[in-house]
Amino acid sequence: MTRTPRRRAYGVKSAPYAFLVPATVLFLLFFALPIGYAVHLSFRRTEVKGLGLGKGAREEIWAGLSNYTDALSDSELLHGALRILGYGAIVVPVMLGLALLFALLLDTDGLRLRGFTRLAIFLPYAIPGVIAALMWGFLYLPDVSPFLYLLDAMGLPQPDLLDGGPLYLSLANIAVWGGTGFNMIVIYTSLRAIPAEIFEAARLDGCSQLQIALRIKIPMVAPSLILTFFFSIIATLQVFSEPTTLKPLTNSLSTTWSPLMNVYQDAFVNNDIHAAAAQAVIIAVATLALSFGFLKAANSRTKQGDSR
Amino acid sequence: MSTQPLAAPGRRRLPLVPTAALLLGALYCLLPVAWVLVASTKSGSELFSTFTFLPGSGFTDNVADLTEYRDGVYWKWMANSAFYAGAGALLSTAVSAVSGYALAVYRFRGKETVFNVLLAGVLMPPVILAVPQYLLLAEVDMTDSYLSVLLPLILSPYGVYLARIYAAAAVPADVIEAGRMDGGGEWRIFRTIALPMMLPGLVTVFLFQFVAVWNNFLLPYIMLGDDEKFPVTLGLYTLLQQGSNTPALYTLVITGALLAIIPLIALFLAIQRFWSLDLLSGAVKS
Repeated sequence: MTRTPRRRAYGVKSAPYAFLVPATVLFLLFFALPIGYAVHLSFRRTEVKGLGLGKGAREEIWAGLSNYTDALSDSELLHGALRILGYGAIVVPVMLGLALLFALLLDTDGLRLRGFTRLAIFLPYAIPGVIAALMWGFLYLPDVSPFLYLLDAMGLPQPDLLDGGPLYLSLANIAVWGGTGFNMIVIYTSLRAIPAEIFEAARLDGCSQLQIALRIKIPMVAPSLILTFFFSIIATLQVFSEPTTLKPLTNSLSTTWSPLMNVYQDAFVNNDIHAAAAQAVIIAVATLALSFGFLKAANSRTKQGDSR
Repeated sequence: MSTQPLAAPGRRRLPLVPTAALLLGALYCLLPVAWVLVASTKSGSELFSTFTFLPGSGFTDNVADLTEYRDGVYWKWMANSAFYAGAGALLSTAVSAVSGYALAVYRFRGKETVFNVLLAGVLMPPVILAVPQYLLLAEVDMTDSYLSVLLPLILSPYGVYLARIYAAAAVPADVIEAGRMDGGGEWRIFRTIALPMMLPGLVTVFLFQFVAVWNNFLLPYIMLGDDEKFPVTLGLYTLLQQGSNTPALYTLVITGALLAIIPLIALFLAIQRFWSLDLLSGAVKS
Protein backbone atom coordinates (compact mmCIF):
# COMPACT_ATOMS: atom_id res chain seq x y z
CA MET A 1 0.00 0.00 0.00
CA THR A 2 1.07 3.55 -0.53
CA ARG A 3 2.47 5.76 2.13
CA THR A 4 1.87 9.45 1.76
CA PRO A 5 5.15 11.26 1.12
CA ARG A 6 5.69 14.68 2.64
CA ARG A 7 5.84 16.46 -0.68
CA ARG A 8 2.70 16.54 -2.83
CA ALA A 9 0.68 15.21 0.07
CA TYR A 10 -2.30 17.20 -1.08
CA GLY A 11 -2.19 15.73 -4.60
CA VAL A 12 -1.97 12.20 -3.27
CA LYS A 13 -4.92 12.75 -1.00
CA SER A 14 -7.23 14.17 -3.60
CA ALA A 15 -6.04 11.97 -6.49
CA PRO A 16 -8.25 8.91 -5.80
CA TYR A 17 -11.35 11.09 -5.66
CA ALA A 18 -10.40 12.74 -8.94
CA PHE A 19 -9.80 9.32 -10.52
CA LEU A 20 -13.23 8.18 -9.38
CA VAL A 21 -15.11 11.18 -10.81
CA PRO A 22 -16.04 9.59 -14.18
CA ALA A 23 -17.33 6.39 -12.57
CA THR A 24 -19.27 8.33 -9.94
CA VAL A 25 -20.92 10.66 -12.46
CA LEU A 26 -21.88 7.73 -14.71
CA PHE A 27 -23.17 5.77 -11.73
CA LEU A 28 -25.36 8.64 -10.57
CA LEU A 29 -26.73 9.35 -14.04
CA PHE A 30 -27.27 5.84 -15.36
CA PHE A 31 -27.74 3.70 -12.25
CA ALA A 32 -28.86 5.70 -9.22
CA LEU A 33 -31.10 8.19 -11.01
CA PRO A 34 -32.98 5.59 -13.12
CA ILE A 35 -33.50 3.33 -10.10
CA GLY A 36 -34.80 6.25 -8.07
CA TYR A 37 -37.01 7.33 -10.95
CA ALA A 38 -38.42 3.82 -11.36
CA VAL A 39 -39.27 3.66 -7.65
CA HIS A 40 -40.84 7.13 -7.88
CA LEU A 41 -42.94 6.16 -10.90
CA SER A 42 -44.07 2.96 -9.25
CA PHE A 43 -45.85 4.94 -6.54
CA ARG A 44 -47.72 7.18 -8.97
CA ARG A 45 -50.36 6.90 -11.64
CA THR A 46 -51.84 9.12 -14.31
CA GLU A 47 -55.30 10.42 -13.76
CA VAL A 48 -57.38 11.43 -16.72
CA LYS A 49 -59.60 14.45 -16.19
CA GLY A 50 -62.78 14.89 -18.15
CA LEU A 51 -62.46 13.43 -21.61
CA GLY A 52 -58.70 13.22 -21.36
CA LEU A 53 -58.21 15.64 -24.22
CA GLY A 54 -56.00 18.69 -24.40
CA LYS A 55 -53.16 19.86 -22.24
CA GLY A 56 -53.39 19.27 -18.52
CA ALA A 57 -56.04 16.64 -18.95
CA ARG A 58 -53.63 14.00 -17.73
CA GLU A 59 -52.15 14.46 -14.34
CA GLU A 60 -49.70 12.36 -12.39
CA ILE A 61 -50.87 11.68 -8.87
CA TRP A 62 -49.78 9.66 -5.86
CA ALA A 63 -50.96 6.10 -6.13
CA GLY A 64 -49.67 4.54 -2.94
CA LEU A 65 -49.16 0.83 -3.28
CA SER A 66 -51.90 0.33 -5.86
CA ASN A 67 -49.45 -0.37 -8.71
CA TYR A 68 -47.83 -3.00 -6.55
CA THR A 69 -51.07 -4.69 -5.56
CA ASP A 70 -52.12 -4.61 -9.23
CA ALA A 71 -48.84 -6.15 -10.31
CA LEU A 72 -48.96 -8.86 -7.65
CA SER A 73 -52.49 -9.81 -8.64
CA ASP A 74 -51.66 -9.70 -12.37
CA SER A 75 -52.01 -13.33 -13.40
CA GLU A 76 -49.84 -12.86 -16.51
CA LEU A 77 -46.91 -11.64 -14.41
CA LEU A 78 -47.41 -14.52 -11.99
CA HIS A 79 -47.58 -17.06 -14.80
CA GLY A 80 -44.49 -15.50 -16.34
CA ALA A 81 -42.70 -15.89 -13.02
CA LEU A 82 -43.73 -19.56 -12.82
CA ARG A 83 -42.60 -20.16 -16.40
CA ILE A 84 -39.24 -18.60 -15.57
CA LEU A 85 -38.86 -20.72 -12.45
CA GLY A 86 -39.51 -23.86 -14.49
CA TYR A 87 -37.11 -22.68 -17.16
CA GLY A 88 -34.47 -21.76 -14.55
CA ALA A 89 -34.86 -25.13 -12.84
CA ILE A 90 -33.64 -26.69 -16.09
CA VAL A 91 -31.05 -24.12 -17.15
CA VAL A 92 -29.08 -23.52 -13.97
CA PRO A 93 -28.38 -27.13 -12.87
CA VAL A 94 -27.72 -28.41 -16.40
CA MET A 95 -25.51 -25.50 -17.40
CA LEU A 96 -23.43 -25.51 -14.21
CA GLY A 97 -23.31 -29.32 -14.09
CA LEU A 98 -21.89 -29.37 -17.61
CA ALA A 99 -19.54 -26.47 -16.83
CA LEU A 100 -18.17 -28.30 -13.78
CA LEU A 101 -17.89 -31.59 -15.67
CA PHE A 102 -16.04 -30.00 -18.58
CA ALA A 103 -13.76 -28.04 -16.23
CA LEU A 104 -12.84 -31.24 -14.34
CA LEU A 105 -12.26 -33.08 -17.61
CA LEU A 106 -10.06 -30.25 -18.90
CA ASP A 107 -8.04 -30.62 -15.72
CA THR A 108 -7.27 -34.30 -16.39
CA ASP A 109 -3.64 -35.30 -16.87
CA GLY A 110 -2.41 -36.06 -20.36
CA LEU A 111 -5.53 -34.83 -22.08
CA ARG A 112 -5.48 -34.54 -25.86
CA LEU A 113 -6.84 -31.52 -27.77
CA ARG A 114 -7.12 -29.47 -24.57
CA GLY A 115 -6.72 -26.11 -26.31
CA PHE A 116 -9.13 -26.90 -29.10
CA THR A 117 -11.94 -28.26 -26.92
CA ARG A 118 -11.60 -25.44 -24.42
CA LEU A 119 -11.88 -22.82 -27.15
CA ALA A 120 -14.72 -24.61 -28.94
CA ILE A 121 -16.83 -24.93 -25.78
CA PHE A 122 -16.13 -21.29 -24.95
CA LEU A 123 -17.03 -20.09 -28.45
CA PRO A 124 -20.80 -19.56 -27.84
CA TYR A 125 -19.88 -16.84 -25.34
CA ALA A 126 -18.90 -14.66 -28.31
CA ILE A 127 -22.25 -15.17 -30.03
CA PRO A 128 -25.09 -12.75 -29.21
CA GLY A 129 -28.14 -14.29 -27.53
CA VAL A 130 -30.31 -13.06 -30.39
CA ILE A 131 -28.20 -14.85 -32.98
CA ALA A 132 -27.96 -17.98 -30.81
CA ALA A 133 -31.75 -18.04 -30.48
CA LEU A 134 -32.08 -17.44 -34.21
CA MET A 135 -29.73 -20.30 -35.15
CA TRP A 136 -31.29 -22.77 -32.72
CA GLY A 137 -34.74 -21.55 -33.70
CA PHE A 138 -34.13 -22.68 -37.27
CA LEU A 139 -32.69 -25.96 -36.00
CA TYR A 140 -36.00 -26.52 -34.19
CA LEU A 141 -38.15 -25.80 -37.26
CA PRO A 142 -39.70 -29.01 -38.62
CA ASP A 143 -38.56 -28.37 -42.22
CA VAL A 144 -34.97 -27.66 -41.30
CA SER A 145 -34.23 -29.51 -38.06
CA PRO A 146 -31.63 -32.27 -38.36
CA PHE A 147 -32.84 -33.74 -35.02
CA LEU A 148 -36.37 -34.19 -36.30
CA TYR A 149 -34.91 -35.54 -39.55
CA LEU A 150 -32.99 -38.18 -37.61
CA LEU A 151 -36.03 -39.08 -35.51
CA ASP A 152 -38.05 -39.39 -38.69
CA ALA A 153 -35.39 -41.57 -40.31
CA MET A 154 -35.51 -43.86 -37.28
CA GLY A 155 -39.28 -44.02 -37.50
CA LEU A 156 -39.80 -42.24 -34.20
CA PRO A 157 -42.45 -39.57 -33.56
CA GLN A 158 -41.32 -35.99 -34.03
CA PRO A 159 -42.18 -33.67 -31.15
CA ASP A 160 -42.96 -30.04 -31.86
CA LEU A 161 -39.86 -28.40 -30.40
CA LEU A 162 -41.52 -24.99 -30.30
CA ASP A 163 -44.61 -25.85 -28.29
CA GLY A 164 -45.66 -27.06 -24.84
CA GLY A 165 -43.12 -28.87 -22.67
CA PRO A 166 -40.46 -29.21 -25.39
CA LEU A 167 -40.52 -25.41 -25.80
CA TYR A 168 -39.05 -25.08 -22.29
CA LEU A 169 -36.31 -27.54 -23.18
CA SER A 170 -35.67 -25.73 -26.45
CA LEU A 171 -35.34 -22.37 -24.72
CA ALA A 172 -33.27 -23.88 -21.90
CA ASN A 173 -30.96 -25.47 -24.46
CA ILE A 174 -30.17 -22.05 -25.95
CA ALA A 175 -29.19 -20.69 -22.54
CA VAL A 176 -27.16 -23.80 -21.65
CA TRP A 177 -25.39 -23.64 -25.00
CA GLY A 178 -24.57 -19.96 -24.53
CA GLY A 179 -23.50 -20.05 -20.89
CA THR A 180 -21.66 -23.30 -20.26
CA GLY A 181 -18.34 -22.17 -21.74
CA PHE A 182 -17.98 -19.03 -19.69
CA ASN A 183 -18.80 -20.82 -16.44
CA MET A 184 -16.46 -23.63 -17.39
CA ILE A 185 -13.62 -21.14 -17.71
CA VAL A 186 -14.37 -19.62 -14.29
CA ILE A 187 -14.38 -23.05 -12.63
CA TYR A 188 -11.36 -24.28 -14.59
CA THR A 189 -9.38 -21.23 -13.53
CA SER A 190 -10.00 -21.88 -9.87
CA LEU A 191 -9.18 -25.58 -10.36
CA ARG A 192 -5.78 -24.62 -11.71
CA ALA A 193 -5.15 -22.42 -8.69
CA ILE A 194 -5.19 -25.44 -6.35
CA PRO A 195 -1.60 -26.14 -5.22
CA ALA A 196 -0.15 -29.23 -6.88
CA GLU A 197 1.16 -30.67 -3.60
CA ILE A 198 -2.36 -31.49 -2.50
CA PHE A 199 -2.86 -33.83 -5.45
CA GLU A 200 0.59 -35.31 -4.91
CA ALA A 201 -0.33 -36.22 -1.34
CA ALA A 202 -3.68 -37.67 -2.38
CA ARG A 203 -2.04 -39.71 -5.09
CA LEU A 204 0.51 -41.14 -2.69
CA ASP A 205 -2.42 -42.16 -0.52
CA GLY A 206 -3.73 -44.11 -3.51
CA CYS A 207 -6.58 -41.89 -4.62
CA SER A 208 -7.80 -42.34 -8.17
CA GLN A 209 -8.39 -39.41 -10.49
CA LEU A 210 -12.11 -39.74 -9.93
CA GLN A 211 -11.71 -39.73 -6.14
CA ILE A 212 -9.42 -36.70 -6.37
CA ALA A 213 -12.03 -34.93 -8.46
CA LEU A 214 -14.91 -35.72 -6.12
CA ARG A 215 -13.20 -35.35 -2.75
CA ILE A 216 -10.61 -32.64 -3.35
CA LYS A 217 -11.28 -30.66 -6.50
CA ILE A 218 -15.03 -30.08 -6.16
CA PRO A 219 -14.90 -28.99 -2.50
CA MET A 220 -11.96 -26.71 -3.26
CA VAL A 221 -13.73 -24.91 -6.11
CA ALA A 222 -16.96 -24.54 -4.10
CA PRO A 223 -16.55 -20.74 -3.83
CA SER A 224 -16.43 -20.30 -7.61
CA LEU A 225 -19.35 -22.73 -8.00
CA ILE A 226 -21.37 -20.58 -5.61
CA LEU A 227 -20.42 -17.46 -7.55
CA THR A 228 -21.40 -18.94 -10.91
CA PHE A 229 -24.67 -20.15 -9.38
CA PHE A 230 -25.37 -16.67 -8.05
CA PHE A 231 -24.84 -14.98 -11.41
CA SER A 232 -26.68 -17.70 -13.30
CA ILE A 233 -29.78 -17.19 -11.16
CA ILE A 234 -29.70 -13.45 -11.86
CA ALA A 235 -29.21 -13.96 -15.60
CA THR A 236 -31.95 -16.59 -15.80
CA LEU A 237 -34.58 -14.49 -14.09
CA GLN A 238 -33.88 -11.72 -16.58
CA VAL A 239 -34.21 -13.76 -19.75
CA PHE A 240 -35.54 -11.56 -22.51
CA SER A 241 -33.77 -11.65 -25.86
CA GLU A 242 -33.96 -15.40 -26.50
CA PRO A 243 -37.75 -15.82 -26.12
CA THR A 244 -38.29 -12.48 -27.89
CA THR A 245 -36.24 -13.72 -30.84
CA LEU A 246 -37.97 -17.10 -30.99
CA LYS A 247 -41.41 -15.48 -30.92
CA PRO A 248 -41.70 -14.96 -34.71
CA LEU A 249 -41.11 -18.69 -35.22
CA THR A 250 -43.91 -19.99 -33.02
CA ASN A 251 -47.36 -19.08 -31.78
CA SER A 252 -46.75 -20.64 -28.37
CA LEU A 253 -44.60 -17.79 -27.08
CA SER A 254 -46.79 -14.96 -25.88
CA THR A 255 -45.60 -11.38 -25.69
CA THR A 256 -45.65 -11.78 -21.91
CA TRP A 257 -43.85 -15.12 -21.70
CA SER A 258 -41.20 -13.91 -19.24
CA PRO A 259 -41.69 -11.24 -16.55
CA LEU A 260 -39.31 -8.87 -18.34
CA MET A 261 -41.32 -9.21 -21.53
CA ASN A 262 -44.37 -8.32 -19.48
CA VAL A 263 -42.64 -5.16 -18.26
CA TYR A 264 -41.70 -4.22 -21.80
CA GLN A 265 -45.23 -4.84 -22.97
CA ASP A 266 -46.71 -2.63 -20.25
CA ALA A 267 -44.17 0.15 -20.69
CA PHE A 268 -44.07 0.45 -24.47
CA VAL A 269 -47.13 -1.25 -25.90
CA ASN A 270 -49.76 -0.49 -23.25
CA ASN A 271 -48.02 2.79 -22.37
CA ASP A 272 -48.52 2.21 -18.65
CA ILE A 273 -45.11 3.19 -17.35
CA HIS A 274 -46.30 3.18 -13.75
CA ALA A 275 -47.39 -0.44 -13.84
CA ALA A 276 -44.17 -1.31 -15.67
CA ALA A 277 -42.08 0.49 -13.05
CA ALA A 278 -43.79 -1.34 -10.18
CA GLN A 279 -43.24 -4.69 -11.93
CA ALA A 280 -39.61 -3.86 -12.61
CA VAL A 281 -39.08 -3.03 -8.93
CA ILE A 282 -40.76 -6.28 -7.88
CA ILE A 283 -38.59 -8.29 -10.29
CA ALA A 284 -35.46 -6.57 -9.02
CA VAL A 285 -36.36 -7.22 -5.38
CA ALA A 286 -37.31 -10.85 -6.10
CA THR A 287 -34.06 -11.36 -8.01
CA LEU A 288 -31.97 -9.94 -5.20
CA ALA A 289 -33.89 -11.89 -2.55
CA LEU A 290 -33.51 -15.16 -4.45
CA SER A 291 -29.85 -14.72 -5.29
CA PHE A 292 -28.83 -13.45 -1.86
CA GLY A 293 -30.96 -16.10 -0.18
CA PHE A 294 -29.01 -18.66 -2.14
CA LEU A 295 -25.71 -17.02 -1.23
CA LYS A 296 -26.60 -17.03 2.45
CA ALA A 297 -27.72 -20.66 2.39
CA ALA A 298 -24.54 -21.64 0.57
CA ASN A 299 -22.36 -19.75 3.03
CA SER A 300 -23.90 -21.27 6.13
CA ARG A 301 -23.57 -24.70 4.52
CA THR A 302 -19.86 -24.08 3.88
CA LYS A 303 -19.29 -22.84 7.41
CA GLN A 304 -20.94 -25.93 8.84
CA GLY A 305 -18.68 -28.03 6.67
CA ASP A 306 -15.63 -26.17 7.95
CA SER A 307 -16.42 -26.67 11.60
CA ARG A 308 -16.83 -30.37 11.20
CA MET B 1 3.79 -23.67 -17.43
CA SER B 2 1.57 -26.50 -16.41
CA THR B 3 0.27 -26.68 -12.90
CA GLN B 4 -0.38 -30.37 -13.30
CA PRO B 5 1.78 -32.64 -11.21
CA LEU B 6 3.35 -35.53 -13.03
CA ALA B 7 1.39 -38.71 -12.76
CA ALA B 8 3.10 -41.50 -10.91
CA PRO B 9 4.66 -43.91 -13.40
CA GLY B 10 2.65 -47.04 -14.02
CA ARG B 11 -0.62 -45.34 -13.15
CA ARG B 12 -0.67 -43.32 -16.32
CA ARG B 13 -3.42 -44.16 -18.75
CA LEU B 14 -4.32 -42.26 -21.84
CA PRO B 15 -7.46 -40.39 -20.80
CA LEU B 16 -9.56 -41.34 -23.76
CA VAL B 17 -12.89 -40.94 -22.02
CA PRO B 18 -12.28 -37.31 -20.93
CA THR B 19 -11.01 -36.43 -24.40
CA ALA B 20 -14.04 -38.01 -26.03
CA ALA B 21 -16.45 -36.31 -23.64
CA LEU B 22 -14.87 -32.92 -24.28
CA LEU B 23 -15.00 -33.52 -28.01
CA LEU B 24 -18.71 -34.22 -27.69
CA GLY B 25 -19.10 -30.92 -25.82
CA ALA B 26 -17.13 -29.14 -28.52
CA LEU B 27 -19.31 -30.74 -31.18
CA TYR B 28 -22.45 -29.53 -29.40
CA CYS B 29 -21.06 -26.01 -29.20
CA LEU B 30 -19.95 -25.95 -32.84
CA LEU B 31 -23.13 -27.52 -34.23
CA PRO B 32 -25.25 -24.37 -34.71
CA VAL B 33 -22.25 -22.50 -36.09
CA ALA B 34 -21.61 -25.30 -38.57
CA TRP B 35 -25.28 -25.26 -39.48
CA VAL B 36 -25.38 -21.52 -40.12
CA LEU B 37 -22.24 -21.90 -42.23
CA VAL B 38 -23.90 -24.55 -44.38
CA ALA B 39 -27.33 -22.90 -44.44
CA SER B 40 -25.91 -19.61 -45.67
CA THR B 41 -24.83 -21.40 -48.86
CA LYS B 42 -28.39 -22.46 -49.65
CA SER B 43 -30.71 -20.59 -51.90
CA GLY B 44 -34.23 -19.84 -50.68
CA SER B 45 -35.72 -22.93 -52.32
CA GLU B 46 -32.93 -25.21 -51.08
CA LEU B 47 -33.27 -24.09 -47.46
CA PHE B 48 -36.45 -25.98 -46.74
CA SER B 49 -36.10 -28.78 -49.28
CA THR B 50 -32.59 -30.23 -49.02
CA PHE B 51 -31.01 -32.05 -46.04
CA THR B 52 -29.90 -29.60 -43.36
CA PHE B 53 -26.17 -30.23 -43.57
CA LEU B 54 -26.00 -30.48 -47.36
CA PRO B 55 -24.29 -27.37 -48.75
CA GLY B 56 -26.23 -25.39 -51.34
CA SER B 57 -25.17 -23.28 -54.25
CA GLY B 58 -26.25 -19.79 -53.37
CA PHE B 59 -23.74 -18.25 -50.95
CA THR B 60 -22.57 -15.42 -53.19
CA ASP B 61 -26.15 -14.73 -54.28
CA ASN B 62 -27.23 -14.60 -50.64
CA VAL B 63 -24.50 -12.13 -49.76
CA ALA B 64 -25.38 -10.04 -52.81
CA ASP B 65 -29.09 -10.10 -51.86
CA LEU B 66 -28.27 -9.15 -48.31
CA THR B 67 -26.10 -6.27 -49.51
CA GLU B 68 -28.87 -5.07 -51.82
CA TYR B 69 -31.57 -5.37 -49.20
CA ARG B 70 -32.86 -1.84 -48.56
CA ASP B 71 -29.73 -0.22 -50.02
CA GLY B 72 -27.29 -2.06 -47.83
CA VAL B 73 -28.91 -1.41 -44.47
CA TYR B 74 -27.33 -4.66 -43.21
CA TRP B 75 -23.82 -3.25 -43.54
CA LYS B 76 -24.99 -0.11 -41.83
CA TRP B 77 -26.10 -2.31 -38.91
CA MET B 78 -22.71 -4.01 -38.83
CA ALA B 79 -20.95 -0.63 -38.83
CA ASN B 80 -23.25 0.55 -36.04
CA SER B 81 -22.49 -2.55 -33.97
CA ALA B 82 -18.78 -2.03 -34.51
CA PHE B 83 -19.15 1.57 -33.42
CA TYR B 84 -21.28 0.82 -30.33
CA ALA B 85 -19.03 -2.05 -29.25
CA GLY B 86 -15.71 -0.41 -30.16
CA ALA B 87 -16.36 3.04 -28.74
CA GLY B 88 -18.33 1.67 -25.80
CA ALA B 89 -15.63 -0.83 -24.86
CA LEU B 90 -12.87 1.76 -25.22
CA LEU B 91 -14.61 4.30 -22.99
CA SER B 92 -15.60 1.57 -20.57
CA THR B 93 -12.03 0.31 -20.32
CA ALA B 94 -10.76 3.83 -19.69
CA VAL B 95 -13.27 4.43 -16.89
CA SER B 96 -12.59 0.97 -15.42
CA ALA B 97 -8.83 1.59 -15.55
CA VAL B 98 -8.83 4.88 -13.63
CA SER B 99 -11.45 3.65 -11.14
CA GLY B 100 -9.82 0.26 -10.60
CA TYR B 101 -6.42 1.89 -10.19
CA ALA B 102 -7.74 4.38 -7.64
CA LEU B 103 -9.44 1.62 -5.67
CA ALA B 104 -6.39 -0.65 -5.72
CA VAL B 105 -3.56 1.78 -5.05
CA TYR B 106 -4.86 4.48 -2.72
CA ARG B 107 -6.15 4.38 0.80
CA PHE B 108 -8.93 6.85 1.38
CA ARG B 109 -12.13 7.30 3.28
CA GLY B 110 -15.14 5.56 1.86
CA LYS B 111 -13.09 3.37 -0.46
CA GLU B 112 -14.86 0.10 0.27
CA THR B 113 -18.25 1.83 0.22
CA VAL B 114 -17.57 3.23 -3.26
CA PHE B 115 -16.41 -0.19 -4.44
CA ASN B 116 -19.41 -2.02 -3.00
CA VAL B 117 -21.91 0.49 -4.36
CA LEU B 118 -20.36 0.25 -7.84
CA LEU B 119 -20.41 -3.55 -7.66
CA ALA B 120 -24.05 -3.61 -6.60
CA GLY B 121 -24.78 -2.23 -10.07
CA VAL B 122 -24.05 -5.73 -11.44
CA LEU B 123 -27.06 -7.05 -9.57
CA MET B 124 -29.56 -4.60 -11.03
CA PRO B 125 -31.72 -6.26 -13.64
CA PRO B 126 -31.12 -4.38 -16.91
CA VAL B 127 -34.81 -3.75 -17.33
CA ILE B 128 -35.24 -1.86 -14.09
CA LEU B 129 -32.49 0.35 -15.48
CA ALA B 130 -33.41 0.40 -19.16
CA VAL B 131 -37.04 1.50 -18.86
CA PRO B 132 -36.37 4.52 -16.61
CA GLN B 133 -33.19 5.27 -18.59
CA TYR B 134 -35.39 5.50 -21.65
CA LEU B 135 -37.90 7.76 -19.90
CA LEU B 136 -35.17 10.00 -18.50
CA LEU B 137 -33.40 10.28 -21.85
CA ALA B 138 -36.76 11.05 -23.43
CA GLU B 139 -37.02 14.03 -21.08
CA VAL B 140 -33.85 15.49 -22.59
CA ASP B 141 -34.81 14.38 -26.09
CA MET B 142 -31.94 11.94 -26.42
CA THR B 143 -33.69 8.66 -27.19
CA ASP B 144 -33.30 7.12 -30.63
CA SER B 145 -29.75 8.41 -30.84
CA TYR B 146 -26.32 6.78 -30.92
CA LEU B 147 -25.57 8.22 -27.50
CA SER B 148 -28.66 6.63 -25.94
CA VAL B 149 -27.19 3.18 -26.60
CA LEU B 150 -23.60 4.15 -25.91
CA LEU B 151 -23.75 6.13 -22.65
CA PRO B 152 -25.66 3.76 -20.32
CA LEU B 153 -23.17 0.95 -21.01
CA ILE B 154 -19.94 2.82 -20.30
CA LEU B 155 -19.83 2.14 -16.59
CA SER B 156 -19.27 -1.57 -16.15
CA PRO B 157 -19.19 -2.79 -12.53
CA TYR B 158 -17.50 -5.99 -13.66
CA GLY B 159 -14.88 -3.97 -15.56
CA VAL B 160 -14.09 -1.88 -12.47
CA TYR B 161 -13.84 -5.06 -10.41
CA LEU B 162 -11.42 -6.69 -12.87
CA ALA B 163 -9.35 -3.51 -13.24
CA ARG B 164 -9.00 -3.26 -9.47
CA ILE B 165 -7.74 -6.83 -9.22
CA TYR B 166 -5.25 -6.34 -12.06
CA ALA B 167 -4.00 -3.02 -10.70
CA ALA B 168 -3.50 -4.52 -7.24
CA ALA B 169 -1.55 -7.44 -8.68
CA ALA B 170 0.40 -5.76 -11.47
CA VAL B 171 1.39 -2.37 -10.07
CA PRO B 172 3.83 -2.68 -7.13
CA ALA B 173 3.55 0.02 -4.49
CA ASP B 174 7.29 0.79 -4.55
CA VAL B 175 7.15 1.58 -8.26
CA ILE B 176 4.53 4.24 -7.58
CA GLU B 177 6.57 5.46 -4.63
CA ALA B 178 9.66 5.75 -6.87
CA GLY B 179 7.62 7.72 -9.37
CA ARG B 180 6.63 10.13 -6.64
CA MET B 181 10.24 10.51 -5.51
CA ASP B 182 11.08 11.52 -9.06
CA GLY B 183 8.51 14.25 -8.68
CA GLY B 184 5.85 12.81 -10.97
CA GLY B 185 2.28 13.92 -10.43
CA GLU B 186 -0.35 11.31 -9.63
CA TRP B 187 -1.92 11.46 -13.09
CA ARG B 188 1.46 11.22 -14.78
CA ILE B 189 2.42 8.20 -12.65
CA PHE B 190 -0.82 6.53 -13.59
CA ARG B 191 -0.46 7.26 -17.30
CA THR B 192 3.22 6.51 -17.83
CA ILE B 193 3.96 3.86 -15.20
CA ALA B 194 0.82 2.07 -14.03
CA LEU B 195 -1.16 1.98 -17.26
CA PRO B 196 1.42 -0.03 -19.25
CA MET B 197 1.66 -2.50 -16.36
CA MET B 198 -2.09 -2.96 -16.30
CA LEU B 199 -2.35 -3.42 -20.06
CA PRO B 200 -2.91 -7.22 -20.27
CA GLY B 201 -5.74 -6.92 -17.78
CA LEU B 202 -7.20 -3.97 -19.64
CA VAL B 203 -7.22 -5.93 -22.90
CA THR B 204 -9.43 -8.42 -21.08
CA VAL B 205 -11.74 -5.69 -19.81
CA PHE B 206 -11.94 -4.29 -23.34
CA LEU B 207 -12.83 -7.66 -24.83
CA PHE B 208 -15.36 -8.41 -22.14
CA GLN B 209 -17.09 -5.09 -22.70
CA PHE B 210 -16.86 -5.39 -26.47
CA VAL B 211 -18.70 -8.69 -26.31
CA ALA B 212 -21.21 -7.35 -23.77
CA VAL B 213 -22.11 -4.36 -25.97
CA TRP B 214 -22.03 -6.29 -29.24
CA ASN B 215 -24.38 -8.90 -27.74
CA ASN B 216 -26.69 -6.40 -26.08
CA PHE B 217 -30.23 -6.46 -27.33
CA LEU B 218 -32.50 -5.03 -24.65
CA LEU B 219 -31.08 -1.50 -24.57
CA PRO B 220 -31.11 -0.78 -28.33
CA TYR B 221 -34.48 -2.56 -28.55
CA ILE B 222 -35.89 -0.09 -26.04
CA MET B 223 -33.98 3.04 -27.09
CA LEU B 224 -34.02 2.96 -30.88
CA GLY B 225 -36.79 3.42 -33.40
CA ASP B 226 -34.90 4.43 -36.52
CA ASP B 227 -33.45 1.30 -38.13
CA GLU B 228 -30.56 3.28 -39.61
CA LYS B 229 -29.13 3.33 -36.07
CA PHE B 230 -29.80 -0.34 -35.23
CA PRO B 231 -26.98 -2.64 -34.19
CA VAL B 232 -26.85 -5.91 -36.10
CA THR B 233 -28.58 -7.92 -33.34
CA LEU B 234 -31.65 -5.70 -33.47
CA GLY B 235 -31.53 -5.51 -37.26
CA LEU B 236 -31.51 -9.29 -37.62
CA TYR B 237 -34.35 -9.55 -35.12
CA THR B 238 -36.55 -7.20 -37.16
CA LEU B 239 -35.61 -9.08 -40.31
CA LEU B 240 -36.61 -12.38 -38.70
CA GLN B 241 -39.88 -10.84 -37.58
CA GLN B 242 -40.70 -9.80 -41.12
CA GLY B 243 -39.59 -13.23 -42.26
CA SER B 244 -42.61 -14.85 -40.67
CA ASN B 245 -44.66 -13.16 -43.40
CA THR B 246 -42.07 -13.30 -46.15
CA PRO B 247 -40.08 -16.54 -45.87
CA ALA B 248 -37.77 -15.32 -48.64
CA LEU B 249 -36.15 -13.15 -45.98
CA TYR B 250 -35.06 -16.26 -44.03
CA THR B 251 -32.03 -16.82 -46.24
CA LEU B 252 -31.06 -13.19 -45.63
CA VAL B 253 -31.43 -13.66 -41.86
CA ILE B 254 -29.25 -16.76 -41.92
CA THR B 255 -26.55 -15.21 -44.10
CA GLY B 256 -26.68 -12.11 -41.91
CA ALA B 257 -26.28 -14.21 -38.76
CA LEU B 258 -23.20 -15.89 -40.19
CA LEU B 259 -21.58 -12.61 -41.24
CA ALA B 260 -22.38 -11.12 -37.83
CA ILE B 261 -20.60 -13.81 -35.82
CA ILE B 262 -17.46 -13.87 -37.98
CA PRO B 263 -15.97 -10.59 -36.64
CA LEU B 264 -16.27 -11.65 -33.00
CA ILE B 265 -14.79 -15.08 -33.60
CA ALA B 266 -11.97 -13.48 -35.60
CA LEU B 267 -11.38 -10.95 -32.82
CA PHE B 268 -11.12 -13.72 -30.24
CA LEU B 269 -8.66 -15.74 -32.28
CA ALA B 270 -6.57 -12.68 -33.15
CA ILE B 271 -6.31 -11.35 -29.61
CA GLN B 272 -5.72 -14.75 -28.03
CA ARG B 273 -1.99 -14.15 -28.18
CA PHE B 274 -2.28 -11.16 -25.86
CA TRP B 275 -4.87 -12.61 -23.65
CA SER B 276 -5.63 -15.72 -21.68
CA LEU B 277 -9.17 -16.93 -21.13
CA ASP B 278 -8.36 -17.40 -17.46
CA LEU B 279 -7.99 -13.65 -16.96
CA LEU B 280 -11.71 -13.33 -17.56
CA SER B 281 -12.49 -14.74 -14.14
CA GLY B 282 -10.07 -12.34 -12.47
CA ALA B 283 -7.24 -14.81 -12.03
CA VAL B 284 -3.88 -13.08 -11.77
CA LYS B 285 -0.55 -14.83 -11.57
CA SER B 286 1.30 -13.44 -8.60
